[in-house]
This record gives sequence, structure tokens and C-alpha cells, in this order.
Amino acid sequence: MTTSTLGAPPRSTLGRIVDRVGGGLVQAALVLIGVFWLVPTLGLFVVSIREETANNSTGWWTAFTKPAELTLKSYSDLLATGFTASFWNTVFITVPTTLLVIGIAAMAAYAFAWMEFPGRDGLFLVVVGLLVVPIQIALIPIAKLYGTLGIFGSIAGVVLFHVAFGLPFAIFLLRNFFAGIPRSLLEAARMDGAGEWKIFSTVVFPLAKPAVASLGIFQFLWVWNDLLVALVFADSGNQPMTKALQSQMRQFGTNVDILAPGAFLSLIIPLVLFFAFQRYFVQGMMAGSVK
Amino acid sequence: MTDRLDGPQDPRGGGDAARGSSSGPNEAHGASLDLSDGPPPPADADAEPGKTSPAKSTAAGPAPAAVPGGPSKLGPPPTMAIWFLLPGALLLGAMVIYPIIYSIFRSFYDATGDTFVGADNYAAIFSDSSTLTTIRNNLIWVVVAPALVTAVGLIFAVLTERIRWATAFKLIVFMPMAVSLMASGVIFRLVYEQAPDRGVANAVISSVDGLFGSNQGYPDARPRENDQAPVTAQQGAVVTKQPAKPGQAVLIPLVGVKPDTLASAATAKAVQPGPGELAGTVWVDFTQGGGGALNQVDGTEKALAGVTVEAVQNGAVKATASTEADGTFRFAGLAPGDYTVRLPQSNFEAGFTGVSWLGPTLITPAIIGAFIWVWAGFSMVLIAAGLAAIPRDALEAARIDGATEWQVFRKITIPLLSPVLLVVFVTMIINTLKVFDLVFVIAPGSVQPQANVIALEMWRVSFGGGGNQGLGSALAIFLLILVLPFMIINIRRFRRDNQ
Repeated sequence: MTTSTLGAPPRSTLGRIVDRVGGGLVQAALVLIGVFWLVPTLGLFVVSIREETANNSTGWWTAFTKPAELTLKSYSDLLATGFTASFWNTVFITVPTTLLVIGIAAMAAYAFAWMEFPGRDGLFLVVVGLLVVPIQIALIPIAKLYGTLGIFGSIAGVVLFHVAFGLPFAIFLLRNFFAGIPRSLLEAARMDGAGEWKIFSTVVFPLAKPAVASLGIFQFLWVWNDLLVALVFADSGNQPMTKALQSQMRQFGTNVDILAPGAFLSLIIPLVLFFAFQRYFVQGMMAGSVK
Repeated sequence: MTDRLDGPQDPRGGGDAARGSSSGPNEAHGASLDLSDGPPPPADADAEPGKTSPAKSTAAGPAPAAVPGGPSKLGPPPTMAIWFLLPGALLLGAMVIYPIIYSIFRSFYDATGDTFVGADNYAAIFSDSSTLTTIRNNLIWVVVAPALVTAVGLIFAVLTERIRWATAFKLIVFMPMAVSLMASGVIFRLVYEQAPDRGVANAVISSVDGLFGSNQGYPDARPRENDQAPVTAQQGAVVTKQPAKPGQAVLIPLVGVKPDTLASAATAKAVQPGPGELAGTVWVDFTQGGGGALNQVDGTEKALAGVTVEAVQNGAVKATASTEADGTFRFAGLAPGDYTVRLPQSNFEAGFTGVSWLGPTLITPAIIGAFIWVWAGFSMVLIAAGLAAIPRDALEAARIDGATEWQVFRKITIPLLSPVLLVVFVTMIINTLKVFDLVFVIAPGSVQPQANVIALEMWRVSFGGGGNQGLGSALAIFLLILVLPFMIINIRRFRRDNQ
């Protein structure tokens, strides 16, 4: 930020209009918008801790005057239905996917950034192109392939699918980061006789922690929040929370007491991660917004 | 964790979005990320094995050092790269590239995959009315949603620019991006519940509505059905049996109103019309606990407030009035003559029963609303970073030249911001083309045909009971073709930025 010659604090375009119209008005509007953005999630939470009969008769906002209606019964009922199993399925799908994507993409990204081979640039453009390929294109062929391999419906199949479709973004993000690592560091390691694998694992990868963190959180959230891949490739024994919830949507009205706590449980971990690592989240988003 | 949401402040979305996390070691000079079609960086041009000391490389300075991929004789043989690329290449080849080719072939075969049908599946997409609906809906999505998300993000970014607690605001608006679209769907199913006493969207509308004093309906009110009653029902309205003249008091007793509707109603009063005035009372002719005289305003009976009353002569409405809290109404200045007093049908229609957000007509706009809720944060954060990177000098210079703030915004800020706006816009177009979860989850089963989009229809015909993977493949290819222009835009932008 540069200080203007007049010594006034830096301000831009509408910033001044905003000052003139009155910051108060803007602040009030922003508070209103903020409330507007929070209310839907707050509503889900309140519905999830209210008695079923109360939810059926009145709006959740009346609960603030009638705290007696609040109960954790929906949660205990939900956990008794086997929702815990789908929670663990989500974990077993998400964690391996994230680790595999990071590992496989980092290797490829290292080759794209620091190794010479014919067709490298063209190949990387293919990766850029693959960024936007809709996953619908692969549902039918992969379902058939998995049928042949005998992994249709399994967690392994879901993981493999997610890894493949996570790779273009991951390679793209990491290659761009790796390429920014000073050449001198690699040259020095090569001078010392380090092999490529050693340079990759002891020099480049450790330096890339911020990028790996960005990628990791993005990949984790995508897979954790996925519905479509699970819908096609996970059978009911291996279904993650999103699919378990989806199967209850048909009778939304009568199943609110399952759906609300289930949806809330499914979003707690993403929210915690989001608040804990939001810096990396934003960085990854900025870096990958070509996607 | 405050002020982190400002993130890396990249001025040019296009190029810098492609640059990678800008907290990298090359933060200052990361622009030189070319794909190395050009000449090798000078510092390394004459490097020989054994002669290039680490010290020399370092001395070459940070900028050339950040250029990757120049030929280095220290580098590994090309075969080495194969091992690093192999796992990724295998997966991408088997699970992304091969499926594209497979789908192209599959789309020319019928449901079972045994019979070659040529372009029949594609013809079906454009002739079947349900798939045409999905195309129409995707069109609505693409035209409306990206523009709205970009505009909302721009507005939020500008508004928060000078606000001290901008970070808190950004976190709140950004948060839905971390939540699964499945959970967002549940959230918005609750928001869009139709009954105003349950769905928060309709509750807000209903209370704003109430602020402006829209009249309450009395859907169950009706006259007594006997000869003594002075009024009778006629085509949904209630009319007086006997003509009334100015100067007379008109009694309009009704029954059937639910007690809880009347909980806050005032006691009805009889009225003494002034000279030349037609006046009367609309009330519930029912004394709680029994007693009271029929067709007379007793002391305890409840008034019906806010009822529209018309004075009708020869079928034409001559005057309109509304009842007071005590149920009385007055028509002043009527010409002498016989009038029929009528309570039009509108009084007996139910009050606000809620906008049917999830009904067939509003379903797509309602889901687009949820989409904006999810994506506004993305748009806002990218645009805010772009705003922060605009050089102040350009703005100051324009102001010194006498430009108004609006002119500065239109002629300088927006053009300088346009690469970021384009990135947001293109990203949102791709997202709207692929939209699936929100539609699938928010639209109730009965209105899904009206809300349907291509991605959902693809799943439905292939896996969700349709059982036609030929048509499903054609829809997937169609989706890929729709995304293709944006794929090309991305590749071109990437190449340009890396030249």
C-alpha cells in the first residue's frame, strides 16, 4: 500500500463514496448480510437440537423463547441408527484419497517442474485441460471397469476415482509452486550427488509445505463433501455420510429429525478444518482458481 | 487468524491464479514461470558439470534462479522422469482419458450397448421434452448464476474494503464453501419450507408483509344460513339481503371464525350513522359461553377488523371502505338511493400461506439462491484480493484530474479488475454447467423434472433408474462439449501467462 501524496490514508474508488454516504449505513448493511448468511446454518443447528414435535409445529426461531424444547435426542437416535458407520466410511475414503493425491501429484509435479523430458510442456497443457473435465464423463466407463475388476461398491473404488480426478488440480498447483523454488537449491543438491528421489523427498517436498497444506485441505473438503461419486460407486455398506443422508431425503418432512443432526455432524469437521487452516484454504483457492 | 482472509494479493487474476500459491519462496519474482520454450537463462547457459559451483548459481541472483526447466547438464536423464510421472499418468490415463474415449464410442450405442444407433442418442437429447427442460434449465443457470455471483462478490468486496471487521464478515460469507452441498441442500430445504411458521424465508416475507398492514383473511367466516340472517353468501362474497340507504346502520353478522384468529380482536361496536352516511358493523355473531341475541351486536362479541366492504349499486361498486378495529365501517358522501353492502371474496381467501419456493415454478430460482449463498465467498475473496492490488497512483491521478468516484470506479477500477472478474465468471460458468448436488438435494422428488439439469439427468438415466447408459454417455459427452470452450480458455490463458 502506498500512502498518497496528500498524506491521507489510502483509499480506493468506492471507498470514498462509502465514506461519504456514511460508513454507518454500510456497516449496518454488512451486519444484515452477515446475519443473512449465518441464519440458514444456525437454523439447521437449532432444528437438530429441538424436539421432533416442536419442529413439526413451529419455526426453529421460536426455540429461543422456549429453551425447554431443546434436546439432544435426535443425535442419540441418529447415532443408534448406524450413522457412525457412515461417518467412518467418510473418514476411510477421505484420508487415503488426500494422502495419495498429495504423494502422486507431488512426484508428477516435480518431474514437470525440474526434469527434462520430451513433450513436457505439451503434457502439462493436457493437465491444465483436464482441470475442468466433468466427472460425469467417467461414471459409466469406470463403473464398467470396476465391475470387471470386482471393486464396484468398495471403498477402494471410491478412493481410486477421487484420486484420479483430484490429480489434475493437484499437479497443477504443486508444479507451479515447485517451479518457484530457487534453482540453486537443487543444483547444490545435485552437486552433492543426491539422486532425484532424494532431492524430491528431502529438498523440494519439505519446502512445499504451504502448497501441500493448501492442496491437502482442498482435497480433503472435496472428498469429504462429495455426493455424486459415492452415489454411483459406494454400496450401502460402504456409503459415506453424504450418501446416507441423501437416502433419507425422499421423505424430508418426516426425516428432519435424522437429516438435521446428520447434516450438522457431517459439516462439523469441515468447518473446524476451515477455521483452523483458512489461510491455506484461501491460498489454494487463489492458486487454483483456473479450475 | 485475523486478516488472513486477505490472502495473497494478486492483481491479475488470470495470470496469478495460474501461478501457484504465492506464499512460495519465489513470492517476489514468481512471474517468470515459463514453460521454457525460450532461450535458457543466461546464468546457466555455460554451466558445465563440475564448474557450476553452488556459489555461482546463488550469485546469479534470485530472478534467473527462479526460472525452472532450463537445460541443465546436471539434470537427470529423461528416462528418470518416467518413474515420477508413472503413477499419475497411469491413473489419469485409465480413469480420465480412457473414459472420455470410451464414452464417445458408448454414446453411439443403444441402452444395452449391443446395437450401434449412430447419433440417435444425441437426437434424443434434443427431441425429448424432459432433456430439453434440462437444457433450458442449464441455460437459465448459466445466464443468471455466474453474473449474480460475480456481482454479489464485487459488491461485498467493495463494501468491506474500508471496514475494520471485514475479516469476520468474509469468514462468515466464505464459510458455506467448506460445507458439503448435501448439507447445504438440507439447510435450504429448511429455509424454503412453505409454511410461514416453519420456513424462515416465508417467515421473513410474512413478517415484512405484516408490517405493511396487509389485511388478514378470514377463510372460514360465513353468514348464518337461515331466514333471519340479514346477509347471505353470494358467489364467494357476502351481501346484504335488503337494500340499504344512506343514514341506515347495516349489520353484517358472520360465524365460523376460529377462536385463535380472534384472540387479539377487539369487541365489536354498534354504529350510529351520521346524516347521509351509510355505516355498519362486521362482527362474529357468537357469544362465547352462550347467551347473546342473534343478529345483534352484543357487548362481548368480537369485531372483524380489516375487512373490505363495498357499497354496490346496480352491480357497480360505488364506494369501498375497510372495517376499523371495532368492526365498524362508514361510507360518507354516497348519493341517495338503494345500495347493497358487499364483503368481496378477497376477505375470505386465506391469508399469506407462504411462497411455494420448492414448487415447479420457483424451484430453479430458489436453488440458484442457494448456489449464490455457497459461492459468493469465493467470488468476494478473489475480487477483494484484486481490489487490494490496484495501484493507488492510477486512482489518485484520475481524482486529481477531476473524475468523480463513480467515474473512477467505472473507468479505472473495473477495467483493472476485469481479469479477476473474468476468472470468477468463467469458474462460475463451469460450476453452473456441472451443477448437480444442489438440484438433486433441494428439489423435492415431485418437482425434480422441472428443476432437472444435464448433470443430474446424466446420473438419472444411467444409474438413477433410467437404465440407458447410451443416452447417459451422450449426455456426458454433451456436458464435456459445453465445458470445452472454457478448457480452451484456460489453456490459452495459461500459455499466455507463461510465455
